[in-house]
Amino acid sequence: MKKTPIHPRHLSLSAKMAPFAGYEMPLHYEGYGVIKEHEAARTGAALFDTCHMGVFHVGGIGGLWELETMLSCDIEDMKVGACRYGFMCNHAGGVIDDMIVYRMNDKDFMLVTNAVNEKKVLFQLKNYTAEFTWFRNDTESTAKIDVQGPKSPKIVAGLMREPIDGIKFYNFAKNFYRDAEVIVSRTGYTGEIGFEVYCPVEAAGDFWDDCVAAGAVPAGLGARDILRLEMGFPLYGHELGEDRNAAQSGFSRALSGKKDFIGSGAALDPLAAGQILCGISLEGRRSARQGDAVLDGGGTAVGVVTSGSFSPSLGHAIALAYVDKNCAVAGTALRIVCGKAEIAGKACQPPFYKNATARADIKLYL
Amino acid sequence: MIPDGLKYSKSHEWVKLDGGVATVGITDHAQDTLGDITFVELPKVGAGLTKEGEAGVIESVKAASDLLSPVTGEVVSVNGTIEMAPEKINSDPYGGGWLYTVKIADMSEVDGLMDAASYGKYLETC
Repeated sequence: MKKTPIHPRHLSLSAKMAPFAGYEMPLHYEGYGVIKEHEAARTGAALFDTCHMGVFHVGGIGGLWELETMLSCDIEDMKVGACRYGFMCNHAGGVIDDMIVYRMNDKDFMLVTNAVNEKKVLFQLKNYTAEFTWFRNDTESTAKIDVQGPKSPKIVAGLMREPIDGIKFYNFAKNFYRDAEVIVSRTGYTGEIGFEVYCPVEAAGDFWDDCVAAGAVPAGLGARDILRLEMGFPLYGHELGEDRNAAQSGFSRALSGKKDFIGSGAALDPLAAGQILCGISLEGRRSARQGDAVLDGGGTAVGVVTSGSFSPSLGHAIALAYVDKNCAVAGTALRIVCGKAEIAGKACQPPFYKNATARADIKLYL
Repeated sequence: MIPDGLKYSKSHEWVKLDGGVATVGITDHAQDTLGDITFVELPKVGAGLTKEGEAGVIESVKAASDLLSPVTGEVVSVNGTIEMAPEKINSDPYGGGWLYTVKIADMSEVDGLMDAASYGKYLETC
């Protein structure tokens, strides 16, 4: 089992640890727990160890064009300092991985990928880059720590040498933490204003400790999963996979209509999405789980749940599901079969939680 | 935290006897293992429960589990307040987080449950 540079801190905080994508990762922390950690992200600042995520750099003369071929989002028109969400698809339009692309300079792109897909992404990079394109797997040498929530701008600003108030949503800037060069990216997986900070492994422990000392609450994968679900963000292996056409995910902004990319023929086929990803707002607190069947008002099976949880922000359960297109219309009554019980709900357009702050003016939080 | 004077089952329910009626809840160990509890489905008043049979459902942010009945009997009352506030089970498992009361059909079943000391030893093996 692999360990992140923050692992000793998780143990000293008595985190409940569990295997995740080959790493031993914290689920939640002693004395807090999922609900309080979730609340920290929504109302204060939460701190996530995301060092397990894949970090690749691709560059050189043809790198940009090869990325255009490998990824579903447009690359060429990205400005230096911009981030963009995209899919790496297979030829059938299925999703090999979803990732954020960072344009570091004219010829250097950073790809931040799911830990579980590291080998598949490497395979793709090897096979679809030419001789004069270089790529590098920096996963082991790059630490990634997310600081998320309304209090995170103050915390991060206090630890960086340069101001961070010029960084807009889905942009990043280089900065210095103590003497280490870091990347401060205004992205995240919670819906709240916040940052993903990339730093050398050697600096990661100190950065973590300084964030905690400044009031950030360590938060585990349990809270992270609920936070992302409340926003309707996909999680690979639940909403995304090689057997689901990328178009079905409904994240059409990640699919460029202006270019050919691997899988584009299938993903851009108007008939590709017989079922689409749909939010379901449930009555009551009982959770649906991945794999539960979705029924329409007449009791016909029309889909399957990919993620479900009680939503602490909303006080009732929520789910994401692939359902037949005609049922994925906001307001449609649906039922979920959950073991012996049936849970009533309604189709809705995510995000479930509407008051998240990710896109807010950072100056309001400094 | 294992209060004296209660009886305990291997599936981590506690039983508090008052004559022939038992109040039932889950132990501190059970709530701690489950994590933040988000949903509970209690049995209906009047329902018949059997020892080690299903008495309801409890869900946490981590998992869904069946509630098992520590004894055979008929449900007398349920703690309706925890259906809207199941976090009470986390914060006060032996008090305000009680689940239901049951009229015990066979008192000898209670003798088969553990006392606090035995349950403490049992936890060391869990």
